[in-house]
Amino acid sequence: MDIAIKTINLTKKFKDITAVDDLNVEIKQGEIFGLLGPNGAGKTTTISMLCTILKPTAGSAQVNGYDILKEPEKVRRSIGIVFQQPSVDDILTGFENLRLHAMWYGVPKETREKRIDEVLELVGLQSRQKSLVKTYSGGMRRRLELARGLLHLPNVLFLDEPTLGLDPQTREHIWEYIEKMSREREMTIVLTTHYMEEADSLCDRVAIIDQGKIVVMDAPDSLKEKVGGDIVYLKTTAADTNKFREIKEVSKIEKKDDCIILTVKNAGEHLQEILEISGKVESVEVRSASLEDVFINYTGKEIRTETGEGGIVQRIIKERTVR
Amino acid sequence: MSQAEAIYALWLREFKVFTREKSRIVSSIFTPMLWIFVFGGGLGSAINIGNVNYQIFIYPGILVMSVLFSSVFFGVYVIWDRKIDILKAILVAPLSRTTIFVGKVLGGCTDSMIQALIMLLVSFVLGIYLTVSSFLLAITILFLLALSLVSTGLIIGSLMESPEGFNMIISFLIFPLFFFSGALFPIDNLPIWLSFITYINPVTYGVDALRMAIIGVSQFPLYVDLIVLTGFAVVMFTIGTRSFERMK
Repeated sequence: MDIAIKTINLTKKFKDITAVDDLNVEIKQGEIFGLLGPNGAGKTTTISMLCTILKPTAGSAQVNGYDILKEPEKVRRSIGIVFQQPSVDDILTGFENLRLHAMWYGVPKETREKRIDEVLELVGLQSRQKSLVKTYSGGMRRRLELARGLLHLPNVLFLDEPTLGLDPQTREHIWEYIEKMSREREMTIVLTTHYMEEADSLCDRVAIIDQGKIVVMDAPDSLKEKVGGDIVYLKTTAADTNKFREIKEVSKIEKKDDCIILTVKNAGEHLQEILEISGKVESVEVRSASLEDVFINYTGKEIRTETGEGGIVQRIIKERTVR
Repeated sequence: MSQAEAIYALWLREFKVFTREKSRIVSSIFTPMLWIFVFGGGLGSAINIGNVNYQIFIYPGILVMSVLFSSVFFGVYVIWDRKIDILKAILVAPLSRTTIFVGKVLGGCTDSMIQALIMLLVSFVLGIYLTVSSFLLAITILFLLALSLVSTGLIIGSLMESPEGFNMIISFLIFPLFFFSGALFPIDNLPIWLSFITYINPVTYGVDALRMAIIGVSQFPLYVDLIVLTGFAVVMFTIGTRSFERMK
């Protein structure tokens, strides 16, 4: 399969913070690729470099075969972007936004109206196309932005937190469109998100990044396998954690407040043994590993799922206040 | 030609914004009207400059003022585009920075010229009769000024990161350009320091040329005014394209 995106030692530094650290990734044509990580991990910065908004401090990348440093205009013509912060024009109507965009991207006059109709239908905004965008809801703005990103039939679509702050129903809709585009047009999709379930169900492959580095990269299912089994939560104060080592399927033991968290292969079959060791427990919870667990497993910390915005700046603040 | 179409699309966006934000047009016309009818009318009832009534004398100066304010403000407005992220969408489109700059400049000049046309209509109220040639000359002069000043505003806008510096620009750029331009007083007999600043202010030559076109009096020969104005426009336009290329 063809390679849509290839980064070569891609690096970006902001003063004393390395936002993206020596990144080497290859993304195939038609793949849905997810960049996962906490705020400030370097996801947006990576996308910004691939979109030629930011210049890398070192290294380079190719998008659709074009070099981001040498051929930025060709890169930009071949990609579509949905920003974290909607960038549609409030004072224009939905239709006008799309029409101007089509003209900027050189969509031929003959096919312009047809394309605009198509994308409006895709995101279900036909009935509101003549209204000013300032009368749109947050979800509608995002859908318009998505329509705009798809208008010129890009080879690669970048989606930076496309569902952040949206209600679950709209989120689901947006993901439906995205999957459809990827299937029907073999469009390569690179997205960032910190909704782990979303990445899990959508992405062909995910890269977990933290502190600007790729911690691990694989298909979601393989990543979850690597966690080493299911997760068992035991709410108890009594048990001696070391005793769980007697069960050889237990690969990891962790104690947190009044909880013991075990990683167990085929937990269902070993629950009896576990409970015998733990003695009396207040509650038990067993669930299969999620990408969240993958993340904790590899980085030793939980992904912070509060809100978007801030990114690198927040990380600087956090690093200064925490340490 | 896709670049021409892209420029048209950029211009169209600015034009639509202009026609939709009616309060901006009304307020930008209102202040010059106060100057002409209250300040000019009041002082004009007592003062003549040479044999020209003061109100008539400052009319070309106020025309320049209206173009000065609207043009520089338009340029600086890119900060707002940046703040609401519209600029980002334009910057990632496959357009050269020069294209973006030209589109913006044309948009700004259109806004300013529409206002200038409205202001030129006031000449009838003041009893000034413009011939076709003096009207066309006035339009040319005002366009050169708009071109230079929109570029100036865009240069500043491309350097500023937030709208906080907005008032600084009014106090330290727009008002000095206005007050040191001879819009409100004759410049043939000024103290040396004032005369010096006035002579190096390119806007002065716009006021002078326009006074020639509208009421037939001027300090410098018309060709000197036009050379200075053209030079100013070329320089600011060139710096503007450069500064857009470097803008992040």
